[in-house]
Amino acid sequence: MIQAIAFYIFAVVMIASAALTISSRNPVHSVLWLILAFFNAAGLMVLAGAEFIAMLLVIVYVGAVAVLFLFVVMMLDIDFSELRAGFVRYLPLGLALAVALLAEVIIGVGAWSVGGVNLSKRIAPIAEQTPNIQAIGDLLYTRYLFVFEAAGLVLLVAMIGAIVLTHRKRAGVRPQIISRQVARRPQDATRNVKPAVGQGVEL
Amino acid sequence: MIGLTHYIVVAAILFVMGVLGIFLNRKNIIVILMAIELILLAVNLNLVAFSAALHDLVGQVFAMFVLTVAAGEAAIGLAILVIYFRGRGTIAVDDVNRMKG
Repeated sequence: MIQAIAFYIFAVVMIASAALTISSRNPVHSVLWLILAFFNAAGLMVLAGAEFIAMLLVIVYVGAVAVLFLFVVMMLDIDFSELRAGFVRYLPLGLALAVALLAEVIIGVGAWSVGGVNLSKRIAPIAEQTPNIQAIGDLLYTRYLFVFEAAGLVLLVAMIGAIVLTHRKRAGVRPQIISRQVARRPQDATRNVKPAVGQGVEL
Repeated sequence: MIGLTHYIVVAAILFVMGVLGIFLNRKNIIVILMAIELILLAVNLNLVAFSAALHDLVGQVFAMFVLTVAAGEAAIGLAILVIYFRGRGTIAVDDVNRMKG
């Protein structure tokens, strides 16, 4: 009973905040609604018994991705009102498409639940007594080890790509070039002269 | 225990919200990226719901991989957005024709 109430609260708040994400005028508000949607999705995942994914969602999305969005929205000085043009023009087409897609999905779900699916063999059955995090860890570091490392590689490539894309060389600054400093030899830097007595040294 | 159908319908509504967001904000690429995040969230919800309903952990593991790819995609997308804004001074993307593609 309490589960059903929690499910409906989470689901309604999540869908409402998703609707406000795509329709609010100010992108900062959009990001904040997106954060609310992710929190409620994490709640839904806790209800389904996936605590680890729920906490990961809160940490990764609310802690990293949403902050990244907020940072970009606030850093760029954008006139958002001109970007809203065409919102009303595309509304009928978008709504028609959305309703058609939703009807298709719901009809598909209805047709599917008549038959039902029976798995002949489960790859990693959920054991009731093991904690969720331990079970996922056992699976992740054995069976899906290479996929896990590939995921790490994807993150590394994304990080390097983002740095390479946004890094720029600015004119007018004189940065330290360490390789040139290290490669400097005494004979390049100093000069031995023997000036005659009474005459200075021309530098 | 909540039925699987409930989860699928909620995820389907969320997915449709994401698609609608892409349609409605054709110019504003920041909101388009957020709509893509919503779509991937719907996919994750489906994976977790099926994992719980079928008593199989693999769905949750794959939800984690989807999360990884979504985070990378957001980072790269926002980086491209920043350099686009530096070059053009706007982020209206419905008439992007720099590469003449």
